[in-house]
Amino acid sequence: MPAIVVAGLERAFGEFRAVQGIDLEVGEGEIYGFLGPNGAGKTTTVRMLTTLLLPTGGRASVAGHDVVDEARRVRATIGVALQEAALDPLMTGRELIRLQATLQGLPPAAGRKRADALLERVDLAAAADRRVGTYSGGMQRRLDLAAALVHEPRVLFLDEPTTGLDPVSRKTIWEEVRALNDDGTTVFLTTQYLEEADQLADQVGIIDSGRIVAEGTPEALKGEVGHPHVELLVGEGAVVEAERVLGGLGRLLPPKDGKRVLVEVEHGSGDIPRVVRALDEAGIEVESLELVRPTLDDVFVAKTGHRLEAEEAAEGDEEPAPA
Amino acid sequence: MSDLASTARVVRALGARSIRQTFRRPQLISPIVVFPTLLLAIQTGGAGAGVELPGFPPVQSFLQFMLAGSMMQSMMLAGNSGGIAFAVDIEMGFTDRLFAAPIPRFAIVLGRLAGTAALGLFAAIWFLAIGLVFGVRIEEGVVGALLMIVLVTLAALAFGTLGAALALRSGSASVVQGTFPLVFVILFLSTAFFPADLLLEPAQTLARINPLSFIAEAVRDPVISVFSGRELLEGFAGIVLVGAIGLTLCSMALRRRLRMG
Repeated sequence: MPAIVVAGLERAFGEFRAVQGIDLEVGEGEIYGFLGPNGAGKTTTVRMLTTLLLPTGGRASVAGHDVVDEARRVRATIGVALQEAALDPLMTGRELIRLQATLQGLPPAAGRKRADALLERVDLAAAADRRVGTYSGGMQRRLDLAAALVHEPRVLFLDEPTTGLDPVSRKTIWEEVRALNDDGTTVFLTTQYLEEADQLADQVGIIDSGRIVAEGTPEALKGEVGHPHVELLVGEGAVVEAERVLGGLGRLLPPKDGKRVLVEVEHGSGDIPRVVRALDEAGIEVESLELVRPTLDDVFVAKTGHRLEAEEAAEGDEEPAPA
Repeated sequence: MSDLASTARVVRALGARSIRQTFRRPQLISPIVVFPTLLLAIQTGGAGAGVELPGFPPVQSFLQFMLAGSMMQSMMLAGNSGGIAFAVDIEMGFTDRLFAAPIPRFAIVLGRLAGTAALGLFAAIWFLAIGLVFGVRIEEGVVGALLMIVLVTLAALAFGTLGAALALRSGSASVVQGTFPLVFVILFLSTAFFPADLLLEPAQTLARINPLSFIAEAVRDPVISVFSGRELLEGFAGIVLVGAIGLTLCSMALRRRLRMG
């Protein structure tokens, strides 16, 4: 049975349709990466799936329970770490995990034991009795993750778990997500980072303006937008000759900067020796050579006509606050 | 564990958290303890001669009369502080953590109210202690003191519902904080600080119908005189009225918040 089934899910805030009839299915034990720019509808979707927001149309079920009719059952089976780590800065890490254990119905002794184990697991045992307000961003995210795991949820929702974190903290979270998934937890992860979706997700859904525009494994999605290409930097004046030689090996792409020759290769790295041999035989000097594979950003461009990475860099506008 | 026992555990845990939160945030605790204590000291020191005025009830001292007023002020500010803290929880997303847990969602409101009631209990004991230290005689003795504590605790719970409702409706700490002056308007238009007979119109009429006056009189009664069943009943009626209005508003605001997300 799929862990998450979504059919025609919609959410409107007045006239604005934040989520416009999305369909998706997440298999048990899968990591599903929900990728999209700010304001695409990721958080609104997560809030509906975690029963924090009522849909205005369509249906969704999590762990076999309808998110509207069986909301409390859904909440008993899921763990949630929302976009902004929703932590009380005045509580200590230990107090927060113990409170979460109580909220999830664990008996006091079991809650205390579980809290200690989780704080150890996320490497916060030494800071457990410090107030959360003194934690770094990475520590707060780890604590939030630990709180979401207190009842060993079947399905874990992580809403942009690494936004704003430094690379080391990001990697730590990724490792923890992988470890959880290895233990059988289904993970629904929203992100605006291409690398994160690429690294972690078994399946990726790309959302833009409230609609899912592409879905599949990262490899399949990248495969849909074309083959890898070889990018060569050749000596001055050799571009035309290089293009003539390489034209017989694969489709030529428009040259970059007037100096770089780009040729599509069907078999990726397996085609590099052929490229090198052909250039060597033609006496063309190569200053550098790089195999470039399609990225999820290329998929995003192909499906939406604009780049996700450019939007990441720009100041993103947030999804509309509920009225 | 039964559903009820499990919910009671959640309410207790959330209540304990809200008490800790209040004591760890000076801006929440000072209106409950520091302001009313200072006002009590200033009024007792400066307006003590008021007991000589015609129409003033027979009391041992002005402090004996004022204790109930300070308790009312403290308990109302506890309700306001509880509302501010609740709104801060909403603003920083902490309530989402609670809403995402498999608990009855009204338990989240009850947890906050339990904390506010505990602060009312603290305020009652604090001012009772001040009174006893400075020689106030509780006419109805230990039973009277216990009655005062119960009334103030329940009144804090009742007024806490208004702060919680406003927090749930607005989701903004500054909006709840903005009602702070209103607390003093309600206080001064009641018999918490002055006997009704000494108030001018229309304040006198307003004070006579203000539910806070009934609560204040019920709290004051066992301190300054022999026990009166009528005052007590009216006090409890005032608490029930305020609590019923507040709980209804809380319930409506909670439903709206859950619907709108």
